[in-house]
Amino acid sequence: MSLTPPSERLWWKEPIERVELLWVGLALLWALIMFVMMPYWHIYGKQNLSNEAYRTTPEQFSKKVDAMVEKYTVRKETARGYPVVAPPAGSDVYLLGRLWEWYPILELEKGKKYRLHLSSMDWQHGFSLQPENINVQVIPGYEMVITVTPNKTGEFAIVCNEYCGINHHQMLGRIYVK
Amino acid sequence: MANTAEFRTCPDTGLQFHRPAETLMKLNAVAGVVFLLLGGVLALLLGLTRWPKYHLLGAEPFYMFLTAHGINVLIFWIIFFEIAVLYFTSSTLLKCRLATPRWAWLGFILMVVGSVTTNVAVFQGNSSVMMTSYVPMSAEPAFYLGLILFAVGALIGCFVFLGTLVIARAERTYGDGSIPLVTFGALTACIIAIFTIASGAIILIPTLLWKLGLVSHIDPLMYRVIWWAFGHSSQQINVAAHIAVWYAIAAVVFGAKPLSEKVSRMAFLLYILFLQLASAHHILVDPGVSSEWKIFNTSYAMYLAVMASMIHGLTVPGAIEAAQRKRGFNKGLFEWLRKAPWSNPSFSGMFLSLLIFGFLGGISGVVMGTEQINIIIHNTLYVPGHFHATVVGGTTLAFMALTYWLVPVLFRRDIVLPKLASWQPYLFGIGMTGFSLFMMGAGTLGIPRRHWDISFSGALLNHQFPETAYLLLGLVGISTILAVLGGGLFVLQIVASILFGKRRGEVKSAVPIIAAPVADGLKGIGIGGVAVPGTLVLALVFLISFVLYYFVNWKYLSQVWGLS
Repeated sequence: MSLTPPSERLWWKEPIERVELLWVGLALLWALIMFVMMPYWHIYGKQNLSNEAYRTTPEQFSKKVDAMVEKYTVRKETARGYPVVAPPAGSDVYLLGRLWEWYPILELEKGKKYRLHLSSMDWQHGFSLQPENINVQVIPGYEMVITVTPNKTGEFAIVCNEYCGINHHQMLGRIYVK
Repeated sequence: MANTAEFRTCPDTGLQFHRPAETLMKLNAVAGVVFLLLGGVLALLLGLTRWPKYHLLGAEPFYMFLTAHGINVLIFWIIFFEIAVLYFTSSTLLKCRLATPRWAWLGFILMVVGSVTTNVAVFQGNSSVMMTSYVPMSAEPAFYLGLILFAVGALIGCFVFLGTLVIARAERTYGDGSIPLVTFGALTACIIAIFTIASGAIILIPTLLWKLGLVSHIDPLMYRVIWWAFGHSSQQINVAAHIAVWYAIAAVVFGAKPLSEKVSRMAFLLYILFLQLASAHHILVDPGVSSEWKIFNTSYAMYLAVMASMIHGLTVPGAIEAAQRKRGFNKGLFEWLRKAPWSNPSFSGMFLSLLIFGFLGGISGVVMGTEQINIIIHNTLYVPGHFHATVVGGTTLAFMALTYWLVPVLFRRDIVLPKLASWQPYLFGIGMTGFSLFMMGAGTLGIPRRHWDISFSGALLNHQFPETAYLLLGLVGISTILAVLGGGLFVLQIVASILFGKRRGEVKSAVPIIAAPVADGLKGIGIGGVAVPGTLVLALVFLISFVLYYFVNWKYLSQVWGLS
């Protein structure tokens, strides 16, 4: 039994039980199908993260955010006066995460493409777009670029889902899609 | 050959215990249970906080206790117990003296000092950084130092295990053949553990130096890649160890033999070859890591390892079915399973562990480890839902099951209140099943993990999660209570049995606690030439569930915003 050495000393010469052979074959086949699905989705699927990313610094990145805010702000919201930014379709859109907010508020159009740049000013954050449930890790020093195409209209929240200190639960952002 | 006076032969099982090894097994197992108790108490408080209706703790203690909970159960409880398993599977199963007991003692002491140090750091309050301690967030130096000391201690334990294998081989204590399958599984765990601990050291030592001001910068992405080579691989130690425990329990309860040694050992070997790169699963939505790297590491590495787990998922129940059929339960598809000793907590715990690990933990793990599907799961409550199914429903329950058998053998005491003991695995198993399922459900609705308040009190902006999510979190809370009751019952019973259980003495008891091995071969059992048809049916049910659930998630993914 399994607690004692194999009763057949040359155990590797014993034949394999048929059920086991069948199962190993099925498991291997399934493993291959699952492997193929990922490259398949890269070619035919519509939800893939790009591999575009750059090294950056909080200063460099916030400069880009500020330039965009200055150019495309359409109104202000909330007591803090958050700018709502409506960049043109196809443009580069910058969103930063910091303790404890996503900045600025974005206003996008349905069916249009935007190059969304994400980075953090301080600790690691988690970009979690709700209720879509799209989740991306945001890391200081790295600028990630994802081309997003909103496929529904409405008000979307960005929750932070990487623990970032005591007020982590207050870290929210917003994206409007018209 | 060592002095024979140093050995004790268990009258019930015939196992030979090297006394210094026996003491160390007891100490490591007991230390593990102490940390399980601590982690379980914290689990209750956390569960009642994430239940929105009660929202028990404030934000500060919540994050502090969450950090402590993860470290105490995921690292301390499990690794202390695994060291006990390593010593049992080497010294006891190979009838060999333990190599360098003094080093083993040093390892144990380092592990105790390390675990206490880290706990003190966490409970002092400035180290609520979660188990992962992602830089640039930082904890007190004592936090990292404790983990490093613990890791060094565990590493010593691994080398004591390997040394014992060498001695056993040289002195031919177990004959001329190969080591037992269970020891082979433990060896797998040990090899993965060495890789794991080395990765932990490679990342935690520089992080400690950074905290002390001796290193200027730790790259946060590099930290994640290497930390997870420690964090994910440490769960693979658990997988290898608890599968070895499954085989062990199949052997002691049923006298079961593996269907074929070759297949089971190959499956363990696949773990060593393909699990280590699994840290990629945590980096699937990170910047700066290419898709090729992600696909290679999650599929090449993972799916062959998944295949290995699927193989064990067949061969463990298959070995039990074959043994039961040989004992006469050969009717129909499932007589062997119906007539299994369901009131024996060693068996029920092991079988529930197999089911929870496979159906809940295994399937969800592979699905969320798919490069693109991870986008709709990363860092949601789905993630802890998944790993509680693997590590608590799988590993912890398997270790509990083994403990019920070890108390009479190792401590020579009877289990107190055996009726209650027969219920314990069900209470714990059902609690953990609910906990994992409801958490995963809440995760699919977007509820974040490690989050104190999903109603975002005090935030400038707002977001309303669906009512269903609140309901699911309530069910998570109820399941937490069930599971903690089950876990508490376990700790209570084991402690009470060790202290007050009836002494078994040194004579063989009338009721055997180890089954006689069944005959070799698979002739004359099963249906229509298939030796283990019941297991095959169960395995096919598993595969169909797996396939369906996998593609359902691709469907979900296809409905969200376009990303490219």
